[in-house]
Amino acid sequence: MTSGQKKGTFSVLLIGIILGIALWGGFNWAMELTNTEEFCISCHEMRDNPYEDLQETIHFTNRTGVRATCPDCHVPKEWIHKIVRKIQASNELYHHFIVKDVDTPEKFEAKKLELARHVWKAMKDTDSRECRNCHNFDSMDFERQETRSADRHEEAIEKGYTCIDCHKGIAHELPEGYDPGEDAPGGDEDEG
Amino acid sequence: MKKFITTAAMAVSILLLSGNSVVAKESVASLRGTQDLQGQSLKVTRKKLVSQEGGFERSYKQQPPMIPHKIDKYKINLKNNGCLKCHSKKNHKKEKAPMLGESHFLTRDGKKLDHVSSRRYFCNQCHAPQVDANPLVKNEFDGLK
Repeated sequence: MTSGQKKGTFSVLLIGIILGIALWGGFNWAMELTNTEEFCISCHEMRDNPYEDLQETIHFTNRTGVRATCPDCHVPKEWIHKIVRKIQASNELYHHFIVKDVDTPEKFEAKKLELARHVWKAMKDTDSRECRNCHNFDSMDFERQETRSADRHEEAIEKGYTCIDCHKGIAHELPEGYDPGEDAPGGDEDEG
Repeated sequence: MKKFITTAAMAVSILLLSGNSVVAKESVASLRGTQDLQGQSLKVTRKKLVSQEGGFERSYKQQPPMIPHKIDKYKINLKNNGCLKCHSKKNHKKEKAPMLGESHFLTRDGKKLDHVSSRRYFCNQCHAPQVDANPLVKNEFDGLK
């Protein structure tokens, strides 16, 4: 290799590295923009339905003012899972722009149970991974919980339940007529 | 011409009357004087909701039992009833919650239903949680044992 060739390849490499950093950074920056609450509620279906449900719940307003926003619960934090979820989100774009099958409150309500089931299934399959972003059984102080809660949490630890088994409806209002007791574990002990 | 005079007369009288009331407002003096309305009152102390294991003692037979736990996270509306998540026929055994009384399933005509009657659907109309507010005056009333 001549000196000129060496210099050439070196500079191409350098430019390539700088460009790569810029583009990769730009890609991640753009992706993080889609990971904000403002982005999620820019679709009116989300703003008028799930976001409204959220307003009165403990994940939105509570004693300490610590909030969970849309991506905290619905977008995984680990990069690979996040990318998979982002690709799956194209389905949401499809339903918003092309099929338009949830753009009125009535249509949304009609599909609510189906949509809820998707999310519950995803959470169950990942053992409530997004809940565990913040909540941790080991860090729970059972003395500070109400007795009913402490008993159920201890039962959940023993029997290996996952958060979403019992905490359906914690953030968004349950679909009409849905009884969470049907899907809660331990329901077969004595049928009422 | 006649119309003009009548409308002019009406307008002037309305102006005069309204002018009177405006003047009247400014000259009214309150017996309170210039004291601030809020200034003298005692600050209301916030009372905390009480959670009591085993429930509260009832004062008389048939009294709707008082709620011994916090209820601020539960909602009752036409779509969902948060109380029934634990207190319904289906769920109460698993959740170890008191079951609804038989009266909650009767219609106005006394017919028995297999679900909660619409007369008893809104729990909060009769059942209330309790706050740690002690009686201001000593009371020796003995409730139902």
